[in-house]
Amino acid sequence: MTEPLIRHYGPKAYSDHPPFSYPDYKSTVLRGPSLDLLTIVQTLSETTGPGPVWTEVSEEDADLTTNAGTGETAIGERIIVTGRVLDENGNGIPGVIIELWQANACGRYVHWRETEFPAPLDPNFIGVGQCVSGEDGEYRFLTIRPGPYPWGNHPNAWRPAHIHFSLMGPSLGSRLVTQMYFENDPLFGFDPIFNSVPEHARHRLVAHYDHDVTEENWALGWRWDIVLRGNAATPFEEQGE
Amino acid sequence: MSRLGETPSQTVGPYFSMRLSAEGENVLTNRDDRIVIEGRVTDGAGSHIEDTLLEIWQAGPSGRYNHPDDRRELELEPSFTGFGRTASDFETGEYRFETLKPGRVPDPEGAFQAPHISLIVQGRGMLNPVFTRIYFSDEAEANADDLVLRSVPQPRRHTVVADLQEESDPPTYRFDIRMQGDDETVFFDF
Repeated sequence: MTEPLIRHYGPKAYSDHPPFSYPDYKSTVLRGPSLDLLTIVQTLSETTGPGPVWTEVSEEDADLTTNAGTGETAIGERIIVTGRVLDENGNGIPGVIIELWQANACGRYVHWRETEFPAPLDPNFIGVGQCVSGEDGEYRFLTIRPGPYPWGNHPNAWRPAHIHFSLMGPSLGSRLVTQMYFENDPLFGFDPIFNSVPEHARHRLVAHYDHDVTEENWALGWRWDIVLRGNAATPFEEQGE
Repeated sequence: MSRLGETPSQTVGPYFSMRLSAEGENVLTNRDDRIVIEGRVTDGAGSHIEDTLLEIWQAGPSGRYNHPDDRRELELEPSFTGFGRTASDFETGEYRFETLKPGRVPDPEGAFQAPHISLIVQGRGMLNPVFTRIYFSDEAEANADDLVLRSVPQPRRHTVVADLQEESDPPTYRFDIRMQGDDETVFFDF
């Protein structure tokens, strides 16, 4: 019988991620595990994952300026967000499902939760999209630059503008949900969610303006690469085949 | 070559359900022999958490994963992805999956693991995902031999075993998730 392929992933770099409890972000205090994680061996259950089984992605869903399907275009500053999904060795990872969600240009989400923030909705913007990374791990979205918005964590709390990203990598351990920010945001210093990330790693969440991505008379370009846990190099078992 | 640093995790926040956990993503099958997994997510104060994202990943009934690395010649139902996700209920913290009971998957020592489902929990107020496993109370014999379960200190083992509800139809397993406090669920690092 053909044997399964067990890829061994290196240990997760916990020092590059936020702690479970970060008291400045108040909701974390009661919601992260208080006991140590229990280290287990990697089995097929950990080295496989849901990423590769997803196929339902339409190209239209990478264009958030029109995917509301109204025939009209969303209002706001049109931007291109592009980059590559990479493993820790810098190799592009193809076939990664990337889903995103975000506020509109005014800082308002299309969501049933109530908000006291009097910002308008845009009937032509639903704020969600998805795409699959290409052969070299590349991805690209057309969207509207989201606005900052207030939240209830502390007095006069505002989130820096950000786009939520969800990535389904090749294995369970490469699952990543994160947020992309825009360089030079004046709100960075005030945001406990951004600052929950150890200082040396914060810059990895920040997209940079790239004039080579910007398209004349159309949209400004932002570049952001995403590094997933893992090493996609050819595993030992396959060498010599 | 120098290694690149991982992109840090951030919370899914309160609005993830705009995109993640669409209606029906918690139903992996409509087969007659399906099972139900349900439970409640609670925080360190014992209150329900109204906005967690729960994702499951599992083998099919043959024990094979629908994944390119699992090339064993075992039956694979093409329509069964083994992946599902849902959000805990805003009012109650309850969640529910309808799925198939997974078969046994080999461990690295050549034995078979007990049937289990991998579970990822994320949420507003959680800056990182946590990973656990759902085992089954009616698999006592297999559970006793399971490599991972054996490594869990005995007093905490029950936190990762879903309880089959008496006379439930379809068979319904209860799996509560306690992020902290008495009977805190065991979360794994791998």
